[in-house]
Amino acid sequence: MDKPTDRAALQARRAAHWRKTQRLTVILLAIWLLTGFLTVFYARELLHLNVFGWPLPFYMAAQGASLVYLAIIGVYAWSMRRLDRAFHEAQQAAEEQP
Amino acid sequence: MSAPRTFFARLSRYYLLFSAGFALFLLALSVLEQEGMPRSWIGYLFMIATITLYATIGVISRTSNVTEYYVAGRRVPAMFNGMATAADWISAASFISLAGGLYLNGFDGLAFIMGWTGGYCLVALLIAPYLRKFGQYTIPDFLAARYGSGAEGRGAPVRVVAVAATIIVSFTYVVAQIYAVGLIASRFTGVDFSVGIFLGLASILVCSFLGGMRAITWTQVAQYIIILVAFLIPAMWLSVKHADNPVPQLAYGKVLPQLSAREHVLENDPKEQEVRDIFQQRAKNYQARLERLPESWEQGRLAAQRQLDELRLKNAPLLDIRNAERYLLAYPKNADEARVLWQAAQAMNQKRSEPITPHAQPFPAPDREQSDIKRNNFLALVFCMMLGTAALPHILMRSYTTPSVHETRVSVFWTLFFILLIYLTIPALAVLVKYDIYSALVGTQYANLPTWVSYWANVDKLNPLISIVDVNRDGIVQLAEIAIDADVLVLATPEIAGLPYVISGLVAAGGLAAALSTADGLLLAISNALSHDIYYKVVDPTASTRKRVTISKLLLLAVAFIAAYAASQKPADILSLVGVAFSLAASTLFPVLVLGVFWKRANHYGALAGMLTGFGVCLYYMMHTSSMLGGSAAEQWFHIAPISAGIFGVPAGLAATVLVSWLTPKPSRRSTGLVEHIRAPE
Repeated sequence: MDKPTDRAALQARRAAHWRKTQRLTVILLAIWLLTGFLTVFYARELLHLNVFGWPLPFYMAAQGASLVYLAIIGVYAWSMRRLDRAFHEAQQAAEEQP
Repeated sequence: MSAPRTFFARLSRYYLLFSAGFALFLLALSVLEQEGMPRSWIGYLFMIATITLYATIGVISRTSNVTEYYVAGRRVPAMFNGMATAADWISAASFISLAGGLYLNGFDGLAFIMGWTGGYCLVALLIAPYLRKFGQYTIPDFLAARYGSGAEGRGAPVRVVAVAATIIVSFTYVVAQIYAVGLIASRFTGVDFSVGIFLGLASILVCSFLGGMRAITWTQVAQYIIILVAFLIPAMWLSVKHADNPVPQLAYGKVLPQLSAREHVLENDPKEQEVRDIFQQRAKNYQARLERLPESWEQGRLAAQRQLDELRLKNAPLLDIRNAERYLLAYPKNADEARVLWQAAQAMNQKRSEPITPHAQPFPAPDREQSDIKRNNFLALVFCMMLGTAALPHILMRSYTTPSVHETRVSVFWTLFFILLIYLTIPALAVLVKYDIYSALVGTQYANLPTWVSYWANVDKLNPLISIVDVNRDGIVQLAEIAIDADVLVLATPEIAGLPYVISGLVAAGGLAAALSTADGLLLAISNALSHDIYYKVVDPTASTRKRVTISKLLLLAVAFIAAYAASQKPADILSLVGVAFSLAASTLFPVLVLGVFWKRANHYGALAGMLTGFGVCLYYMMHTSSMLGGSAAEQWFHIAPISAGIFGVPAGLAATVLVSWLTPKPSRRSTGLVEHIRAPE
């Protein structure tokens, strides 16, 4: 484990894991930003659209956006677990190799 | 693997038993009410039962172990941590005032719902998991370790600034919670306001004093259950009443069009117009008097005096004389006071003369430009509430209490889930109550006003929570004649919906739980910052663990008493600053927290500059634009309200951190190593 190549490989795996984390974070934050911003910025223009009785902007501000936020956090927790597991599997595979 | 499982199962069993016991308690009380138990007893029983419950949990969870005291032993399962954080989060303002704010402001009030839920995305994605990986005790801990290239590498300057920010933000917030405790306790049990405060203080202390985070966590889970039940029952009742659907979150989609139709009818009602015209006339009269100051003040005083003399001379009824005397007594003492009072009266009458704004209409304004200003303020407010949420120390320190990083991520999910159970109900409740008032209360005869109106009108004589006055003297209630304070709506909902008094007691207990749970978390955040970060890390690093916990408990006691004293002074200025606490937290802590994780180059000079600049810009803007703090609205930049000062503070803080970090030496190897450590998967 202390061999320089192993250390470099570990560093590379960590860097890759961090890159994927960053990408996931950026994508989810973009969805987060768009949900909030579009709902508010175009609220007056979207007022005539209806979902289940609510005007669309009212529904989004009162429920929809919050549910999207919950989904974002859920997807993040789930994807990060997958990323972490993939990292550990790669780690184990590397350790088992002669 | 199986130990946490059984722990989880055991906890679930306890809280299920607790919920069943609570349901039985409610049932027993409602039977007793049927048997004719007086109302005040129900209020007392609710107070005593819930406070005893919190005290019991607090005593059972007492501890002097450092890890247990500061972070509940780091073994709180994700779901329970989420529940506790939700109770931590749902403050008196969320529980009591938010629905009322939505009732009054319609769409524009939803900024708080969006901001306070969206903030958790930032907590989950940018901060909480990294704090858990770091795995210490407080927020200043993290900042000091990350930006620790200062004196002796311990990051004392950064730590002290972070502690100061934590205390300023949390203290304004905790005063408001204790104030709410006093208010609820005094209204529902009839005790004096200050007695109510000290009752509340006692119940806060029994749980946080003995057991710190551990006791708070398990109390908060119980408090969350009470909050949820108390909020859902009246909302579900109204929902069944108006939409035949027990799920208010779904049902109010059906009620909203009905409400709009009703608004339309009322808007075109000539009687409503008549009342609004009267208010318009009154506003004009005040305007005329304001323009002729100071002569108008002198004339008004003489006229009032003459009126009184005339009444006395012709032996008018005693009631008329009393009224005239009272009017003279309340008359402004000088022209300056008259200006302030009459300006307020003019604005109030003007506001009440305005036509109804449809509930679902975003940014209502006479023209497009003003509507745009409202939209920009909405966006700014959402931004500040989101970033503020992600920087509140008492919320962030809960990410230390779970067993693993993964559990922390899941815990934020549960937190938002449990918050949403309440927050998705709040807009529904506002619409349902509004429809109820618009269709049932409007149009009733004054002789048949429901009893809850006079009850709530008499609770606070100086600033009536609700006032219904027959302005046009036709004997029928018009919508324009009703003035409701945002704070009364939730507390009065059970009576508005015609529910038994037990439910009113339950709602009061829920409001109390919301205020107490938040106050607990805030007090702990303050006392931990003082004891752990100042005493242990800066003053006496050799202190034994036992001594640290003892110091922490003593500080908690001291802070609690100071906060209770501040609240007992009824500080209107502090209460109005609670919303501002979010902007301050966002401007001061958010940039350094996020850059600390995502930008290795950020160093200790940058962090100091960022925190001070963010705080300074935010404070400067508020001082210059808030009339409460002696500024004026004319100084606003881009017409942004002072509550959203963070929209300038956060970019300033970010820019200062980045610029100063670039201009100064790179952070030490230790800081960089720490960043790599917290980024790495566990």
